[in-house]
Amino acid sequence: MEPILALTVAIFFSVSIYLMLSKHIIRILLGVSIFGNAVNLTIFTSGRVVREIPPIIPLDLSVPDGITANPLPQALILTAIVISFSFFAFLLVLAFRTYQELGTDDTDGMRVAEPKGEELPPLGY
Amino acid sequence: MAVPGTEAVDLSGAMVLAATPSADWLVVAPVAIPIVFGAVLLMFRHETRIQASVAIIGLIATLACNLLLLLRIMDQGPVVMTMGRWLPPFGISFTADVLGASLALVASLVALVCAFYSTADIGTIGRRYGFYPFLMLMMAGVGGSFLTGDLFNLYVWFEVFLISSFGLLILGSEHRQLDGATKYAILNLIGTTFFLTATALLYGAFGTLNMADIARKADSVREVAPLTTLAMFFLLAFGMKAAAFPVNFWLPASYHTPRIVTAALFGGVLTKVGVYALLRVLVMLLPPERALLSGVIGWVAAATMILGVMGALAQTDIRRALGFVVISSVGIMLAGLALGNGEGLAGTIFYAFHSMIVMAALYLLAGIMNGLGGSYSLRTLSGLYANHPLIAAFALILILASAGLPPASGLWPKVMLVRASLDAGQGWLALAVLATGFFTTLALGRVFILAVWRQRDEAVTAERYSPLLGYVTLGILAVPVLFMGLYPQPVINIAEQAAGGILDASTYIGTVFPEGAQP
Amino acid sequence: MRTLIFRTTAPYLASLMVLFSIFVLLRGHNEPGGGFIGGLIAASAFAIYGIACGVSPVRRALYFHPTAISGFGLLVSACSGLLSLFEGVPFLTGIWTEINVGVPVDISTVIAFDIGVYLVVVGSITSIALALEEREHA
Repeated sequence: MEPILALTVAIFFSVSIYLMLSKHIIRILLGVSIFGNAVNLTIFTSGRVVREIPPIIPLDLSVPDGITANPLPQALILTAIVISFSFFAFLLVLAFRTYQELGTDDTDGMRVAEPKGEELPPLGY
Repeated sequence: MAVPGTEAVDLSGAMVLAATPSADWLVVAPVAIPIVFGAVLLMFRHETRIQASVAIIGLIATLACNLLLLLRIMDQGPVVMTMGRWLPPFGISFTADVLGASLALVASLVALVCAFYSTADIGTIGRRYGFYPFLMLMMAGVGGSFLTGDLFNLYVWFEVFLISSFGLLILGSEHRQLDGATKYAILNLIGTTFFLTATALLYGAFGTLNMADIARKADSVREVAPLTTLAMFFLLAFGMKAAAFPVNFWLPASYHTPRIVTAALFGGVLTKVGVYALLRVLVMLLPPERALLSGVIGWVAAATMILGVMGALAQTDIRRALGFVVISSVGIMLAGLALGNGEGLAGTIFYAFHSMIVMAALYLLAGIMNGLGGSYSLRTLSGLYANHPLIAAFALILILASAGLPPASGLWPKVMLVRASLDAGQGWLALAVLATGFFTTLALGRVFILAVWRQRDEAVTAERYSPLLGYVTLGILAVPVLFMGLYPQPVINIAEQAAGGILDASTYIGTVFPEGAQP
Repeated sequence: MRTLIFRTTAPYLASLMVLFSIFVLLRGHNEPGGGFIGGLIAASAFAIYGIACGVSPVRRALYFHPTAISGFGLLVSACSGLLSLFEGVPFLTGIWTEINVGVPVDISTVIAFDIGVYLVVVGSITSIALALEEREHA
């Protein structure tokens, strides 16, 4: 199971990096969102994959009876999903607004904060 | 879980059973207080008149708790509290040692002073947009980052202060703010996602995320897991947060766009959280890997400080120049990390205290200069000395501090760093630190000469701007700057204790796992 | 988007979704579900209502500003963690008590925390969704 997951993670990472190399904000955002999913899958794989044995301790024992699935990665992934979801929502609003205000989603054209050809500081006084 | 008592499973073996002394709550207070105040301020966002005073009360309480926490730690060693009573490493531990608590203290001081300044700088509209709630939540995130003892929790606090910083950054919704915020947001999100990737791989190798547990297990895991790769990942992720050289371009793109008080907060506090995380992870958790990477870190440090200050030399806008000065100060802090010896790390930590205060003060100074002279541009700003001698005095102190000249605070950490690099046989790093000091003197000295000394025939256009509040805030910040410059020994002691605490993690581990037994 | 059919059904759909979201919130105590997912369902209910009937009816229906709702949720969550201060146990420890409303019901700080999370998610996601819808129709 792990090699397949590792391969999937690799594909996710390469897709996301390809998208993030684009000039257009919307593609970068899609890349960032896939990046987040790639990381979530990495966490899942890091936690070791065990199928169909829920981590429940039998009533008469105080430790699990043999190997069980690891519940922690799911908690970590849930947190990471929540965070990346809210960031994605926020960034979408921000990017949309930037697009409306600046009239472009091309990062090369976004030079309002750092305009080209700014004058140099005075060399003497 | 059903009614307690009817359970067949006895949970007591997995829980902290000793009663928690109330004093331990000091670990949580610097995070809980800003969250509660931030939540209340968020609920009453439209009561713009009380917002500032409520926020200031909250920040004073945070500052007091941080001070008490630091005093307690200096006295009795690290303090730990594990959430929800579960035994570490299963519960999330908040672990405060001297390093975390002292940085949290300085950060809350800077935030409090910025909140004072904001009462004049942030108008009704900014308050309606939620400046104060975002400020409080950002400080909760920063405090949590400094005090948490769990790597994944550190990630969560990073995201908390990141998303609040987005809110602060786009407060005015001007075009340039949207432009800067878009770049800041995307690049920082990528940086924290890198951090999460590194955390995921580390979890795969260690099976734990508790920092004390990681430090304890590192020696046995080292044989089977590629920890150097992991260390490199963390270096990239936190280097991005700290704005180290090849991944620093989000900072000059955004830090000059928000309100000046926001820029002061960001320039003072946020990059230092990245430096803190680097210290914590590379020095405390993965020391042999840090030693292996020290050449890379050294080059990154030298490039960051030199290129940063070169950027500052080329800027006309004071705020943009200050953004580059922030970058070069990060480079100086990384120098201590590259050396990794006690004195170098103490120098880094001392420099972090100094840099938090001085960078925030320099941004506030720029704000006051803009208020008095009507511009941020070195081409138009002039003649402040003639009308406002006090601003000239503050400017001189802060510029000396930033350049590392006596009598201000920048001198001693640089002395420590230079001596540590000469001791370690890394003369070129000492040379880079000294050259940075020289170029900083040039870059900021030019600001002083042009904005303060240069005489202009036409009168300065000062229109209804009262610099009184600005003077008071700068005065508050100038006290620690001069104190650290003239009487550095107490601060050096704190910095050395903090460096000792991360170089030898046994006290830290012993606090989290008292018996030293396996859980 | 604003067809007659959609506009007629949207209020019913939205109210059903809000009801379901509360069910999911309370169910999350012992079974899959919880504050975050419940909050998302409620937020999508308001988003649907906004798409169908416009943003201002949603704001009127919510009465409080969405960010104020999330602030309240944050306060509830933080305070449910702080309650353990009085019990001498660490932050965020679950404290349980039983009240009798005809049948015995266990209540705890855990469910209070989850309700806080629900409100935070409802408030923040709704405000983002409404902001997007407002710009679309503007």
